[in-house]
Amino acid sequence: MSKKAFLSANEAAAHGVRLCRPDVVAAYPITPQTTLVEKLADFLADGEADFRYMMVESEHSAMAAALGASMMGARTFTASSSQGLLYMCEMLSYVSGARHPVVMVDANRATATPWNIYGDQRDVFAMRDSGWIMLFAENGQEALDMVIQAYKLAEDPEVMTPVMVNLDGFTLTHTYDLVEIPEQEEVDAFLPPFKTSNKLDLEDPKTLCQTVGPDFHMEGRYLQQQAFEKAKEKIAAYDREYGEMTGRSYGGMIEEYRCEDAELVLVTTGSVSGTTRIVVDCLREEGKKVGMIRVRSYRPFPKEYFDSIKDRFAAMGVIDRSLSFGLEGTLYSEVKAELYGGSAKLVNFIVGLGGRDIPKDLIAMMYDKLDRMQKNEAEEEVQFLGMRW
Amino acid sequence: MKEIRWHGRGGDGAFTAAKLLGLAASVFGGKYGQAFPSFGPERRGAPVLGFTRISDEVITDHSQIYTCDCVIVLDDTLCDVTDVFAGMKAGGTLVINTTKSEEEIRSLYHGNDPVNVVLLDATSIALEELKAPIVNTIMLGAAMGATEMVQKTQLEEAIDSMMAPALREKNKKAMARAYDLVKGGAQG
Repeated sequence: MSKKAFLSANEAAAHGVRLCRPDVVAAYPITPQTTLVEKLADFLADGEADFRYMMVESEHSAMAAALGASMMGARTFTASSSQGLLYMCEMLSYVSGARHPVVMVDANRATATPWNIYGDQRDVFAMRDSGWIMLFAENGQEALDMVIQAYKLAEDPEVMTPVMVNLDGFTLTHTYDLVEIPEQEEVDAFLPPFKTSNKLDLEDPKTLCQTVGPDFHMEGRYLQQQAFEKAKEKIAAYDREYGEMTGRSYGGMIEEYRCEDAELVLVTTGSVSGTTRIVVDCLREEGKKVGMIRVRSYRPFPKEYFDSIKDRFAAMGVIDRSLSFGLEGTLYSEVKAELYGGSAKLVNFIVGLGGRDIPKDLIAMMYDKLDRMQKNEAEEEVQFLGMRW
Repeated sequence: MKEIRWHGRGGDGAFTAAKLLGLAASVFGGKYGQAFPSFGPERRGAPVLGFTRISDEVITDHSQIYTCDCVIVLDDTLCDVTDVFAGMKAGGTLVINTTKSEEEIRSLYHGNDPVNVVLLDATSIALEELKAPIVNTIMLGAAMGATEMVQKTQLEEAIDSMMAPALREKNKKAMARAYDLVKGGAQG
């Protein structure tokens, strides 16, 4: 029997990690660390988990330690946030390039300056090309479930790529919600012990080829790209398998909400998706044909999906909690590129930076703007909404 | 959907009470609950907010709470620095730890809708029952006695489940005393 508990998304994710029976957790415990690793320390202290807890002196070292542990064949976890993730940046590509399936949680928080500990997604999008699979959870339950699926995905022999599970800072990480915790036996059945030949072994000495010249380097990158392509189908397949076991399935790389006959849709990630659902339901009651597309996987990107909906909707808005200065919202750029040549009118809403709330009336305003665009009224392509002026 | 706002000061347990309520309503009450603090760094003594949502249906709303069915004020000096009635829904209930008169508290309300005001000298109860001026579970009991959003037994289960063993019995007793006092219509 699974058990229901009232948990923050950080605590829920920590339960997910515990249930995956990690061998090593490496973490730097100082700001901007999250309560997730504190909860893991509690589990260890209370005898509810058994792993080697490595307290290191920086986020860079945390990821370096995770790399070292994973090179020994250990199932490894770490977590960070904001500037901490930026400081990990150098080590992220060591882990991914050497194909070590570390799983980490990033509490998505603003990057300095001005220093601001609140939620936005500029930290993760700055790591776009780190070679990590990047997934976004909508709530605490999905955070727990996603961590478990992340290990299954990362350690899949055809994927062997690290996974970053993203949780909106504070809006998810510090919000308590009803969460169902699966039984250990269930998770054990879903996630077998980690076994790999990509490790250092005294019985079978070898080099892991972490230095490679021009004669082989490109092939390594090609194989990484192939792994991400494989991951696309596996994300959906493991979500289904997990769903059969727990009754909770989220839909793979994307999730559509009330899109069947929709004309106006918003594209979302993370926690704002939940608030958007409420607005969609309200507008549907008024007869408006609105829907939502939630992006669960940013890398790999659901390229084929967006390619297939080029002409399906009249107008589409992309909600970004980040932006690339001098261009537009980070997610918008990529959605727009895939929709190139299609008939949908497009707009980018930049909201919720540095922890600014995204209230329901603001989301309703976005649908209103899409409605005006459908009627051929002009809207600026990139809009900051919810500003002081 | 019931939306509740807690006014406290850093370190006085306002958010613990917000969590206890969400826990009581969801895990022990068969409903859905959500609780979150006013996000950010907490400084002891500084005004802080806590929030709880209770619903019969899954709560997917991740925006802030702007309107309230119930506002709970742990320290009446907060009335000097913040509008405790902000966003109060018509028919909503303010529960405040104070020795001031109802007229004095009601004078802070500038809306036209009818609202309920429940006064309680929670600090005196806390000093008696807990030997310390910590009123969070007492105010939780009072607010639920007044609104009956969750049952007393569910609050007791939440306290047993979340608080340290040494704190459980006395907090349950203090909470229940406030619950019964307010539910009976009397005001402490």
